[in-house]
Order: sequence, then C-alpha cells, then structure tokens
Amino acid sequence: MRRDDSVSPRSVLEIRGLNLDFGTPRGRVHALRNVSFDLPAGQVVGIVGESGSGKSTLAYTVMGLLPDNAEVTAGSILFEGKDLLKMRAPARRSLLGDRLSMIFQDPMTALNPVRTIGSHMIDIQHHEQVSRGEKRARALEMLHRVGIPDPESRVGAYPHHFSGGMRQRVCIAMALLVKPALLVADEPTTALDATLEVQIIHLLKQLQKEIGCSILFVSHHLGAVAELCDRVVIMYAGEVVEEGSVRDIFHNPAHPYTRALLECDPGRIKKSTRTLPSIPGEVPSLLGTKLGCIFRSRCPQAFDRCVQENPVEHRIGLDQVARCHLLDEKRLVSA
Amino acid sequence: MVIVSSRLGPNDAAEAGPFGAFLRQFRKNRVGVVGAVLVILIVASAIFAPFVVTHDPTRIMVGPRLAPPSLDFILGTDQLGRDTFSRAIMGSRIPLLAASVSLSSALAVGLVLGLIAGFGPRWLDNLLLLVFDTIRSFPSIIFALAMIALLGPSLASVILVIATTSMPIYARVVRTQTEAQRSSEYIAAERSMGAGTTRILAVHILPNVLGPLMILVSMDVPAVIAVEAGLSFLGMGVRPPTPDWGAILNDGYNYIDRTPWLVIAGGIPIVLATLGFTFLGEALRDIFDPKLRKDL
Amino acid sequence: MWLYLGKRIVLAIAIIAIAVTLLFLMIRAVPGDPAAVLLGPRATLEMKAQLHQQMGLDKPLVVQIVAFFGGLLHGDLGFDVFSQRPVADIVFEQLPYTIELILVSIFWAVMIAVPLGCYLAIRRNSLVDQVASVVTVATIAIPSFVVAVYVLLIFAVTLRWLPAIGAGNNFRDVLIHLILPAFAIGIGWVGYISRLVRASMLEILGENHVRMARSFGLSEWRIVARYALPLAILPTVTIIGVGIAWLLSSAVFVEVVFARPGIGALIVSAVNTRNYPIVMGVVLVTTFLIVTATTLSDVANAFLDPRTREKL
Repeated sequence: MRRDDSVSPRSVLEIRGLNLDFGTPRGRVHALRNVSFDLPAGQVVGIVGESGSGKSTLAYTVMGLLPDNAEVTAGSILFEGKDLLKMRAPARRSLLGDRLSMIFQDPMTALNPVRTIGSHMIDIQHHEQVSRGEKRARALEMLHRVGIPDPESRVGAYPHHFSGGMRQRVCIAMALLVKPALLVADEPTTALDATLEVQIIHLLKQLQKEIGCSILFVSHHLGAVAELCDRVVIMYAGEVVEEGSVRDIFHNPAHPYTRALLECDPGRIKKSTRTLPSIPGEVPSLLGTKLGCIFRSRCPQAFDRCVQENPVEHRIGLDQVARCHLLDEKRLVSA
Repeated sequence: MVIVSSRLGPNDAAEAGPFGAFLRQFRKNRVGVVGAVLVILIVASAIFAPFVVTHDPTRIMVGPRLAPPSLDFILGTDQLGRDTFSRAIMGSRIPLLAASVSLSSALAVGLVLGLIAGFGPRWLDNLLLLVFDTIRSFPSIIFALAMIALLGPSLASVILVIATTSMPIYARVVRTQTEAQRSSEYIAAERSMGAGTTRILAVHILPNVLGPLMILVSMDVPAVIAVEAGLSFLGMGVRPPTPDWGAILNDGYNYIDRTPWLVIAGGIPIVLATLGFTFLGEALRDIFDPKLRKDL
Repeated sequence: MWLYLGKRIVLAIAIIAIAVTLLFLMIRAVPGDPAAVLLGPRATLEMKAQLHQQMGLDKPLVVQIVAFFGGLLHGDLGFDVFSQRPVADIVFEQLPYTIELILVSIFWAVMIAVPLGCYLAIRRNSLVDQVASVVTVATIAIPSFVVAVYVLLIFAVTLRWLPAIGAGNNFRDVLIHLILPAFAIGIGWVGYISRLVRASMLEILGENHVRMARSFGLSEWRIVARYALPLAILPTVTIIGVGIAWLLSSAVFVEVVFARPGIGALIVSAVNTRNYPIVMGVVLVTTFLIVTATTLSDVANAFLDPRTREKL
C-alpha cells in the first residue's frame, strides 16, 4: 500500500484501504472502495465529490456513527496511531466528544428540540471533571467566540429560538468546546444560504487556527474547500480518484473527473455563458463488483484500457496522486 | 482487516402471482400463522358445532351439577347439569354471528356516511364529524349499557350497539379518502368530461378505500368478540339458555368458589378467539398496510 | 392558551349537549313507558301519572331537555325516584372509587411500560424484543374482564393471597383491595404503552439530534432517557387522555367482578332495574370525565414540548 514507508507521526488520521458495504434489499452496495489518505495534524483536509460519492459515509465511518446496515469489510482507520476499527465500542465511544467531534449538515434538526442550548453544552462536557458552573462558564465563553450575541441570556433558550445560521454556530461551539484533536465537518454549510456560508467558513478557519485542531471537511462546494482547506481528496463513486494540496488540485488537476468538477463550479467560470456546464451521465450503481475504471462511462477521454483494468495511483509532482490510466500513458509517451 | 459478511445477504426476490407472494410473506409471519390456525379452528367449530358437541348444549341435568371433567363431560358440567364442553363449542356461534352482522352493517353505514361527509357540503361534513367524534369519545361499554337500558338486553341490542360504536372509524377513513380524491386533479378532469358521481365513486373512491377498510374490520373483530362476551357476561347479551362464552363465564363466576372448570371453559375460548383474530389482523396489516393505524 | 381552552370547553359542551339530546330522543323513541317499567305490571294509572309528573315525563320533550340542562347548571343531574335521592349525590358518592381504580391502574402500567418500551427500543429485533412483541399484543387482545375473573380465581379463590371483593377501609386495606382490579385493568395498558413508547422511541432515535448526541460519546441510556424519552413520551400522554374511555369500560367489568363500588357497578345495576335517571347521570359524568381528561392530556402535551409551550 501507498506511503507505508513514510507513515508520518504527525498524521492525526490515517485511512488505509477502507472498504464499506451497505446491505440493501437489492443487494450489497459498495459505498467505499479501497479509500486511503492521511490527515496531517493541524491541517484541514477537504473531501469533495458529488452526492453519492461516499464522502459523508466516510465522515460517519470515522466517527463510528454508521447505520445498522453498514459494514466495514476491510481497511483501517488509524486515529492518533490507534486503529479505531479494532477498538471495542466503549473505548471508541470515549474518544467521541473528547478527541473527536463532529458538525452536521442540517443545523435545523441537529439540536434536541426539548432541551436548552445550555443543557446541550453542559451535557457534552461529560468527559470533563469540573463543576457544573465551570462547564456553564466554558459554554458561555464558547458561544461568545462563535459570535452568538449576548450568550448569557441566550444560553437558556431552546433551539427553535435560533435561526439556521445561529444554530450552526451553536453546533460549532459545541463541537469545539470539547477541544478535539480532529473535527469532522459533514457539509456544515450546505443547508445555509451563501452569505451565511462565507461567515461560517471564516469562523471555522479562525477557530481552527486558535484551537489548533485538524478538520476533515466534507463538502461539494469547491469555493468553500479552496477557502478553508490545506489539502483536498476528490472522491467519485466510493473511490478516491485524486488527492493533493489545494493549490495543486485547483491549478493542475490530473484526473478527468477533477477537471470536470472544476469546470462545473460556477465560482470558477470566467467566460460569460448561456448554459452552466455539467458532467453528463450519472454516478454508476455501486451494486456488485466492477472491473475497470469507475468513471469511464462519463469520462470524455476513456479508452479500451479503462474497461479492462482498475487504474492504480500515479504520483504527479511531489504531493499529488491520481488514479487514471491516462497518466500512465502520458508517462509512457514521455519516457 | 476483513469481516466476513453474513448478516447482510441479499434478499430473495419475490416472484409468482400476487397471491403466491402474499402466501409466502404470510408464512414468514409465524404469529400470523398461529392466528390463522386459531381462527380456522374457531370458525370450523362454529360451523360444524352440531357434529362436534357430545351432548345437547341446552338440555339440563344430562349429568350431575358442577361436576369436574370426566370422560363423558370433557369440561365438566354447569350448575344446571348441562355439558360445559358442548355449550362452549356451541357458544362460538353467537360471538361470530354478532361480529359478522354488526361489522358488516357498520361497514355499510360507515361507507355511506363517509361518502356523504366527504362529498357533501361543508356544514354537513362538520356535523357528521362531530357526531363521529362524540360516539368515538364515549366508553363503548358505557354507551352500550345506556342503549341496552333503553332497548332491553338481547343479542339484537348488542349487535346494534357494536355497529354504532365501530361505524365512526370506517366513516372517517372513507371521508378522508373521499376528501383527498375529490380535490385531486384527475377527478376534476373526469368531472369536466361529464363523469357522474356514481362513476367517480365506483372507479376512484371505492377501490382506494376498500383495502384499508378490510384491514380495519379484521382488526376490529377481536374487540367486537370481547364486547359481545363482556355484555353477555354482565347478563346484558343473549338470553338463557342460549349457550355463549360470556354467559358461561358468568355462570362460572357465580360458582367460582365451588368449581374452577366453568370459568376455564368460558374464558379460554374468549382468550383464544381474541388472540387468534388479533394475530391474524396484525399480520394482514403488516403485509398490506404497515402505516394504516398511524394515519387515523 | 385561553383561546385553546375556550375552544375545548365549547367542544365539550357541544359533545355533552349532543349526548344528552340523543339519549332523550332515544328514551322517547323506545316503545314502552319508563315509568311503567319502573313500577312494574301492577301499577295503576294514577301511580303512573304521579311518577310521570315526578320524572317530568308529562311535559313536552323540548321542555324536558331544557329543564335538564337548566338543572345541570346547578349541578343537578335529576332525581332518582327509587331511592328518593338526587342522582348527583348517588353518582358522586361512587365516582371516587372508580377514579381511584383508574388512576392506580394507569399509574402502575405507565411505570412498567415506559422503561420496558425504552428497553425494547434499544434491544430492537433481539429475541427479547420479538417475544415481547407477541406478549404485548396478547395482553392488549385479552379482554380485561377475562383477566379479572382469572386473577380472582387464582389469587383470591384458590391461593387466598388477596381479598376477592370490596374496596377496603383504611389506606393499606384499600391498596390491597386494589391490587387485583388494577392488575386486570392495567396489564393491557402495559402492552399498549410499551409498544407505543418502543415505536416512537425508535423513530426519535433515528433523528439527527440523537446522532449529534451520539457524536459526543454520550452513553446510550443517557441519550434514551434524557434526549429521546422527553419526545417519545408525547404520544403516550395523548393516548392516556383519549384512553380514559377504555379505562372506564374496563372499570365497569372489574367493579362487577370484584364487587367494588364505583360508577361502573352503579350503571350496571341501574341498567338492570331500568333506572334511567341514574343511567343518564353516569353517562353525563363519564362524558365530562372524558372531555376533561382529553383536554388535560392535550394541555400536558403542549406543556411538555417547549415549541408549543410558548403558544399556551
């Protein structure tokens, strides 16, 4: 496997060869296939892909919050050097809300409607051996930091008293209140409108610097990823197709899918056009095992080799890898 | 790390006709099968009761009074020396008769009133709804007792009471469906093409409403059996000497310190019948319409 | 809040008015003369006429109904010519026994059923859960009077552990006398409420905020008890309000079986003697109880949820 020789002690999270299936009435869906990447300590890694690419499933797998019909069939998730998948449930749970925390997609439903913001925030500090008053003080301080005006009076309010943007701020406050080593953010801005999105991204960026945690940032919004992340992992149909630093991926995309994704991003379209570009076709069914490149049915540059064998990783430059036969061909040509 | 997958096997796909598919699904529901067997046994014993009984169920002093079970009297005898087993077998007829007559008339009336409420003017709809809710919010037994006070105790009163108290639920289901269909666009289109109310009823409303209604009815059967037996237990149902489970239980209750057999013979059939019909009804609902009760 | 209560009260009055009018109409519609039934076959015409006058039956129906409603406003439910006492006195004498029975029954049922339902939701599809799903359906299906007769047979007649009849005198005695009747009424509710709690608990446990709580490593029991239960309990609160009607129905049988005083036993004896004023009185009081219970449970429901509490 890749980079086994160079396992960096500075990686908070190392995912190796992760495979995950969902049992459905129509058969097993292979939602994650051989997913591997590293998350260096103190950095923000963005996971980008279309709906159904498995990016949220990956986030839930790291947290251990998968539904009952999900099953990890192979691979490992090393968090601070320990394999989460080999840990017993209580030990794994004790990491949650302590070393690991998460922000969810929909702030409107993420908070319990019959409990106050304060009781949420005091409850989640259950790992801390401090007094209730101290927990409350910390909650107030955190609410202030995420920009909730007048936290002293708002802490007793119920979630329905807050707007969507404010609720997401509360969720961020909760997730960072426990000072995690790794924050998993699953599309935290998707449910918000554009101006709020910018605010939330800036807030996350600023707090990440202050607290010094790592972030696994799942998003389909390239602009947000470019703004916040240090590294990007591009996922397609349950596979990692390209990985690299933000600069490399955005300036020198190697995989045809990454290029297509970038061309479709409205924020990056420079020329005036009547029609928004899109990637033709649909994400393929993930039922059963398939031979060949997973992207070939939508790839404008597909050729016979793409049908016959699965592409392996090719290194481009120092810090960028992509899975595409074209890179191999190019190398052959240039060599 | 490899976890062998066993619990996520793919489902065996359904094939064959709809009835075959139903049978296969039903057989998987073990409790439903138990219910079906119980129901078949009870219905069969009601139909073939004259061939099953060992003695004339109404004849007194065929044996000693309050005798324990013996070869001749399988479940002993009652306070008038009648054979309890024969009475219990024959006694299945009254509850089943009460259930079928009362529920089918409730269904008919509920269907008509529901259609009227759904199709009729607003004020009539509201009035009918108020009446339905009034009847529904009443304790069925208190309501039954009040009506029996007026009508006098008899099987007919019991049937009338049960029909009246179960009707509102059916009417409500019909009304809700009718309302939904009436405002739908394709009905408006049909109307604009000159379709009469009868046609709309027969083609669009009835087929949509019959399925849920049949399940509701099947789930009401155990409750009706319980009410009939209960009223007979209170002496407000069938008149003596007609054999009936509730009446046998009442005889047993009066002599409970002398013999347990009458209570057992009167109560166990009620338990088996209510359980059988309940299990069967639940299984049918699970297969056909898992969300039904939530919609009410 | 006041608007809501006002609506409820108007609805309650409407339901009671309809019930009373229907009863009056039915009494009239039934062939035969209630006074004649009361007095028996050997009554003379004068006796009947006198009783008619006493019961107000000589007046037109509308006058009777209006007079009855007028009496209601003063808490007057009519007059029982049998015992020569006001109906209200008789009914309210019996009412506390029934209410005590119903409250104790539902109380123990809720105490058992809510934790049971939570447990079954956590252990969903386990063997315990599958067995419980059959047993709970069975407890709902079996009529309470059959349960009552059988527990009477087993625990009072055969084993002689508990008293068979009556309601008891001092506090301890009253409780002992309540055990079997409350068991007979409550057992079906244990099944019903535990199924209800299990179902709504499963629904709530699938919601996003529960996943959020899990993401902070809170223990499953804490999530169930403090995050999910306050929401999952709401349908149960509603059902208990509506269910007072079923509770009253069971109480009728259980009071008869255990020879307890109460309005259930009262209406049964009144029906046997065709004592219409008492029947009417019991019907009215139960209607009132039901409407009150439904309203209370609605208010309680609204109060338990902060989203609706503020609108109260």
